Amino acid sequence: MIDLPNLDYINELAGDDIGFRNEFIAVIKEEFPVEKDEYLKHITKKRFKSTAAIVHKLKHKLNIFGMEKSYNIAVDYERELLAGQNDSEKRFINILETIESYIKTI
Amino acid sequence: MNCIIIDDEATARDVVGQLCSKIPELYVIEEFDNAISALKFLNKQTIDIVFLDIHMPGFSGVDFVQTLKDPPMIILTTSDTDFAITAYEYECIVDYLLKPITLERFEKSIKKINNLGIRQSKTKDAVELVSELGEELYINIDRRLIKIKFDEILIIQANGDYIDVKTEKDEYRVHTTLKKIKNKLPEKLFLQIHRSYIINFTKIIDIEDNSVLIAENVVPISRSSQPELRKRLNLL
Repeated sequence: MIDLPNLDYINELAGDDIGFRNEFIAVIKEEFPVEKDEYLKHITKKRFKSTAAIVHKLKHKLNIFGMEKSYNIAVDYERELLAGQNDSEKRFINILETIESYIKTI
Repeated sequence: MNCIIIDDEATARDVVGQLCSKIPELYVIEEFDNAISALKFLNKQTIDIVFLDIHMPGFSGVDFVQTLKDPPMIILTTSDTDFAITAYEYECIVDYLLKPITLERFEKSIKKINNLGIRQSKTKDAVELVSELGEELYINIDRRLIKIKFDEILIIQANGDYIDVKTEKDEYRVHTTLKKIKNKLPEKLFLQIHRSYIINFTKIIDIEDNSVLIAENVVPISRSSQPELRKRLNLL
């Protein structure tokens, strides 16, 4: 079961600064699809080292959305990729799809 | 204390920038999406603190630390604990912030720097730059230092914990006190005429009763300030 994204961290960080909150969410909305595409491009061609690098970047987004369990999956996945394996590929794509759906709602 | 942020991810830079904005003594001078550009910057400018991401493509944070000749204090920002032990082998690395960074943890980090007894800034703070440059003032707005020429300032008004700096073109709200900025303004141009107002008295259009007109702003004059204002004016 994938944990669901939330805005708790962003809200805490922003406080009363609504401008920052909106701007920050806009940056995530802009960055995430690009990073997801890059991930898919690398994993499709089984470039594990490059995939690990982009998983590392995407990990930060999981943190921002308070997805602790998913973050731990990503940590393991990154290690797998660096070791030339991709056992957690399916679980990771589920996480990305969960975030993709969520950011359309915020 | 002046600082820079180095991280290849915009969201990560935004997070650190936002946290810095909550600490009044921290001024973010510049943000970099790669360590090479930051190195070039540090060759020209002295900085107190660098917030540094470790994992960056190409030239990493570790490469950056190893390349610095006279390193400022470095606070690592990363999502991995793997580098923590190695990090402390470098004297310049004073703390290690694990993403996502909370305000509470960030404040502890800054407190740690202060407790290390190295709070004394190597650089001038945003307002201190004023005196040396002579004709302009740098103010900290949304983590950016913005230059304002003295002769463009009309009025500076106290507003709670902030001051409003009105210029001929814009108005800026700055988190500081009237007293602090007053010390940095040239006396030949500026005069405090009220508890809440400093004016550029070369911009006075007219004076009537207990107020002055500057551009379209009517500014009150306190009774105690009137003799000094009169003294400064070239009265017939």
